[in-house]
Amino acid sequence: MNLSDRRKPGADKRVQLMATCICDAFYADTARATVEVLEYLGCTIEFPEGQTCCGQPAFNGGDWAASRKVVRHTVRTFAGETPVVVPSGSCAAMLFHGALLEFEHEADLPAVRQLAHRTWELADFIVNGLGVKAWPGRYDGAIAFHRACHTRGTGSSDAASALLGSIAGVKLVPFGEGEQCCGFGGTFSVSFPNVSAGMGTLKLEHIRAAQPDVLVSGDMSCMMHLSGLAEKEGQPIKTQHLAQVLRDALKNGGLI
Amino acid sequence: MSLQPLDQFARNLAPDTRAAVYDGSKKGHEKRTRVLFDAYTDPNRLREIAGEIKQHVIEHLDTYLPAVEAKLQANGVKVHWAGTADEACAAVRDIMQARGLRKIVKSKTMVSEEIELEHYLDKHGIETLETDLGEFIVQIDHDHPSHIVKPIIHKNRREIARSFEREGLGAYNDDPETITRRARQFLRHKYLAADVALTGANFVSVESGRLVIVTNEGNSRFCLAATKCHIALVGIEKLVPRDRDLGLLLNLLGRSATAQQLTVYTEFISGPKAATQPDGPEEMHVIFVDNGRTDVLASDCREILRCIRCGACLNVCPVYRQASGHAYRSVYPGPVGAVLSPLLAGKKFPELADLPKASSLCGACNEVCPVNIPIPDLLLRLRAKGKAEGAPLASAGTPPMGAWSVLASQPAAWKAALFGGKILNFLPTKLLPIPALRAWENKRTLPAWKGGEFRSWLKNRDIKK
Repeated sequence: MNLSDRRKPGADKRVQLMATCICDAFYADTARATVEVLEYLGCTIEFPEGQTCCGQPAFNGGDWAASRKVVRHTVRTFAGETPVVVPSGSCAAMLFHGALLEFEHEADLPAVRQLAHRTWELADFIVNGLGVKAWPGRYDGAIAFHRACHTRGTGSSDAASALLGSIAGVKLVPFGEGEQCCGFGGTFSVSFPNVSAGMGTLKLEHIRAAQPDVLVSGDMSCMMHLSGLAEKEGQPIKTQHLAQVLRDALKNGGLI
Repeated sequence: MSLQPLDQFARNLAPDTRAAVYDGSKKGHEKRTRVLFDAYTDPNRLREIAGEIKQHVIEHLDTYLPAVEAKLQANGVKVHWAGTADEACAAVRDIMQARGLRKIVKSKTMVSEEIELEHYLDKHGIETLETDLGEFIVQIDHDHPSHIVKPIIHKNRREIARSFEREGLGAYNDDPETITRRARQFLRHKYLAADVALTGANFVSVESGRLVIVTNEGNSRFCLAATKCHIALVGIEKLVPRDRDLGLLLNLLGRSATAQQLTVYTEFISGPKAATQPDGPEEMHVIFVDNGRTDVLASDCREILRCIRCGACLNVCPVYRQASGHAYRSVYPGPVGAVLSPLLAGKKFPELADLPKASSLCGACNEVCPVNIPIPDLLLRLRAKGKAEGAPLASAGTPPMGAWSVLASQPAAWKAALFGGKILNFLPTKLLPIPALRAWENKRTLPAWKGGEFRSWLKNRDIKK
């Protein structure tokens, strides 16, 4: 799908928030920070209570019948014309790319496509949807930004880097092989645990070598894998979601 | 829970081998990126155009194949068609036996690996000698290539020096130059004694009937200079419409495969030796090999037939780097192999149905592919095929999704599970007999369950408002 023709927010800046199942279950503060950041930007947030998951686990697992069931539920839950904002590049890509693939031969493809056209990853939405180019407030620290793989080919990583880099006090530290995957990969992490952990360990070595204060990503799934590995190794690292950094910067600057 | 075969292979891989594969792949990828972006301001647009050319070819094989056959015949080339691996091997044998020829010198061709040609010919008393240095080492070691372009990426020079010593090619010496010189010396005499040059082809132009062969060692030229009969094995997807298309494809191939602007040797072969030429093969045969390709063409994964065998997707792939090429149990390893090998396996698809699962779907392969193959999408389609056909290897290690999908389409049940999941924080999760949880916790810790906390915060806040 061509992402440039996605539905932009209207003058009232109404958005529907898809919190993602991983934040719903494990990372409540990431979802909360997303709300606080969007509200700071003047957005009115609707949170459809019936939301569950984007359907990606079954899609990646090859069980497309099960996945379509969940995607259909998601399409019904996020009905309407309002843009949908997701604090995850992976879940967003599921809706604007993966779902289209598994609905290719389904009668309700148009409904899936309609949702795809108004689904945004958070950083992409802030920068390319709302036109925000710099972030106010203050955040003191060296940040290593992990580019999540499912944002390849989208504006998300550049958007996130631009926002982070514009915050007073932030020093973005690059690390080796930044384009390489962290090894999470959804069910891949449990069906190929050795390869997955091998990839994650390598990623952690590169990150540690850059000596950041915090590892930041737009996807909590990568962070769950990397911080879990680091903790298991007995060398925990501090991780934050992009939304948390943006929110903390606002707080530190007395803006919220 | 049984481990996936590739994951087991990776776990047991010797550290030396992993290091060799990792270093070779990483360097290859980094050099490729530098060379490509040094030369072009927008290589991604070139990849797209190259992909469109190859996609056009595979969608019009019905007209291009007869057209190239006519052109080749007009150039004096004998054209053969092989539907299966056996037919392709038999075609080589028949050509040789009819002429009383016994010895082949061979330059690198992946399709010959695919049809297991050497093994077949050996049974029929025909001797095959690999002349590409990497393939020569594979041959003396009775090994298999582990990379499409760098067949011995899994070996280090000490191992190679030991093999040379064992084969009587001089006392132990692991200096790469010495190894190369010794192989060259040995091969020189073999070329002169050979009857047939066997090659592949990187491209065949429909417009001119030219075969294009790229090498870096010049070995295919030696093969062709010393023999009277040239046999080329060519996959039916190797066509390009016009000679001018080669300008783009050769520029992308060299840079993507070995970070070279162009390979050292690029041969354009228009037919057997002309009367005015002093030497060269007097006879030239092209064997077009299907071996499952038309089935791939009929499938929803046909884009994989665009592949020009550069190996860039292997080099960039984090799974390949961890597991090595042999982990893929097939001729074509890495991301392209995870798609192509199960497809070419035909009825034996279930035996390789795990390969499409051997990917984190990170998409790096698609980003580097010179013909822009959407490899992750094809892996996903094959996962769906594996599931639909009930291939046990496809599902090994993947948590079942049926119950989850019911839960995730019923909001009330989902919410109850979110809040109820808090019990996880009070359970000894390490003792729970849930395979996926076990696999997770063997390698990583699990974060605290905070199911429903965000929803409660949002609700309370709204009430306060």
